[in-house]
Amino acid sequence: MLLVPYIFRRVLQLIPTFAFIIIVVFVLVRLLPGDPASAILGDRAIDANVDRINHELGLDQPVFVQFLVFVKSIATGNLGNSIVLKIPVADLIAQRMPVTLMLTVMAAVIALILALPLAFLAALQRDKLADNAIRGVFQVGLSMPVFYLGIILLTVFGAKLGWFPVGGYGEGFLDHVHHLILPALTLALSLAAILMRNLRAAIIGVVGAEYVDFARAKGLRPRLIMIRHVLRNALISTVTLFGLSIGTLLGGAVITETVFAIPGAGRLMIDSIYGRDYPVVQGMTLALAVCVSLTFLLTDIAQAWLDPRVAR
Amino acid sequence: MIPALEVRNLTTSFRTQNGWVKAVDNVGFEVMPGEVVGLVGESGSGKSVTLHSILRLVHAPGTVAGSVKWQGRDLLTMPERELRKVRGGEIAMIFQEPMTALNPVLPVGIQIEENLSAHTALDGRQRAARARELMDLVGIPEAARRLKDYPHQFSGGMRQRVMIAIALASGPKLLLADEPTTALDVTIQDQILKLILDLRDELQMGVVLVTHDLGVVAATCDRMAVMYAGRIVETGSVVDVFAEPHHAYTRGLLGSVPRGGAGRTLLLSIEGTPPGLASIPPGCSFNPRCTFATDICRKETPMLAEFAPGRLVACHHHREVAAAGSPVV
Repeated sequence: MLLVPYIFRRVLQLIPTFAFIIIVVFVLVRLLPGDPASAILGDRAIDANVDRINHELGLDQPVFVQFLVFVKSIATGNLGNSIVLKIPVADLIAQRMPVTLMLTVMAAVIALILALPLAFLAALQRDKLADNAIRGVFQVGLSMPVFYLGIILLTVFGAKLGWFPVGGYGEGFLDHVHHLILPALTLALSLAAILMRNLRAAIIGVVGAEYVDFARAKGLRPRLIMIRHVLRNALISTVTLFGLSIGTLLGGAVITETVFAIPGAGRLMIDSIYGRDYPVVQGMTLALAVCVSLTFLLTDIAQAWLDPRVAR
Repeated sequence: MIPALEVRNLTTSFRTQNGWVKAVDNVGFEVMPGEVVGLVGESGSGKSVTLHSILRLVHAPGTVAGSVKWQGRDLLTMPERELRKVRGGEIAMIFQEPMTALNPVLPVGIQIEENLSAHTALDGRQRAARARELMDLVGIPEAARRLKDYPHQFSGGMRQRVMIAIALASGPKLLLADEPTTALDVTIQDQILKLILDLRDELQMGVVLVTHDLGVVAATCDRMAVMYAGRIVETGSVVDVFAEPHHAYTRGLLGSVPRGGAGRTLLLSIEGTPPGLASIPPGCSFNPRCTFATDICRKETPMLAEFAPGRLVACHHHREVAAAGSPVV
């Protein structure tokens, strides 16, 4: 099996990726307009206080030294303290990231559950009623802004019907799931629409492929042909799209967390950017980038597993 | 002898923007047990569609009419469940492009074994053993090791051998071969054709060989049917047709084959191009390209008729064509 050496090579590639992420995060945060001292002290700060704050944050040092300090802090896991909240950034990440990750995973799962069977149905009923209905409904889902969809779901299932809480995160795993279903659904619908369209097109393409005709000429059962020959090949492109979409999903979580008042990483990120809370923005960006890189790693592995030509 | 396969009035139509077109028009032929029949014609003449129609592999907006009798039963009307037993079990098919006809993401061993699971009662271990045997039979070196390999790890000729191994897995009585050597180098072509003939002798299997290569027909076939624009225009034994073509199209095809031995002369080519299926001319569909054509050819479609035992032609002037002699000496 070529998969194991491939995974090994692919994991090694994470080293330069992470190095690049560290540099970009460091530079981006310093390119943000405004500076933390005036954000903390307000417009009428006196120079002495500004200097004091800058000194506390290490911002009076040369950029090169600041970078080394940044790298060292990552290596030791001590990402500094939040300027605004006065608690360690590492603690904040540990507190907030799981919420966003759970929201993202739930959204991804819901999207898959919706997209896979419907894509299959639509492809097999191509241009018939079921296909047009499925595509029509998803088209609406796709063209609706996430926050608007969220508000509709909140109003109907949260406020009117009272099936789900209208905000917050709850206590305990099941309560978390209960709280996150509506926001996850909000996030999932547009992703499901994209996945469904992609997979439908892929299935239609594969059904016409010669190797599917050859499988039929072998006298195989239709179900075996569908699963082993059609679905597996069709999934190759959809898996890639799915992996890439996770990044977008994490970004979309920022808006969804705001609408549903969920204490996740997205909310924290926005608050920290407004507050010029450098250490938090740096830490969170880093954490998100690492999550996205790991998602891409998993995507590549899944793709290599589906398609042996990738792992060559 | 009773024909193993009897195709009658086979007509395959596809709907296009300009209405229905017939890719295969009223085609009929038969194959005796152990016989190799060549189906010859240019690209787009309906050869491949004929093969696909026999096993009902034509995709949905296309429709197939007529009858395909296989050992007394009509393949075109039998229930899907019974048809599945015939497909791959009694009648096997190999495709032109071994790269696109093998599933790229499955090891070839699985692709052989799934045929065995569909048509035999062998258990897993026996299937693996039989798969290795088949790879050996078609001449793939290190068969046991290569069962785990994927199609992209094989060369073109080896891939075609894999496809033949898959087709032969369950001991079919008839092999439909759709240009099995077109995508291969000439040296590999010979090996593959020889392999098919050896297997025919060994397994007493009938073969329908679709090709546009008359050299292949001469080397391998017992009888041949020439197709033009979806119709069969001439049939007969290979020896007879080569010696005395009765259709101007057959004559043209024979004239376009380079031969060794003779002096350096220009190859004959047939002027013009085959008609599109949506714009087949009235009368004989070959008339615009035919040097023998007269008024009747532009008005009346000639029917395929027997003029000598086992020799059929669809041409108003087949005597004149025959009198003009064969370009193959």
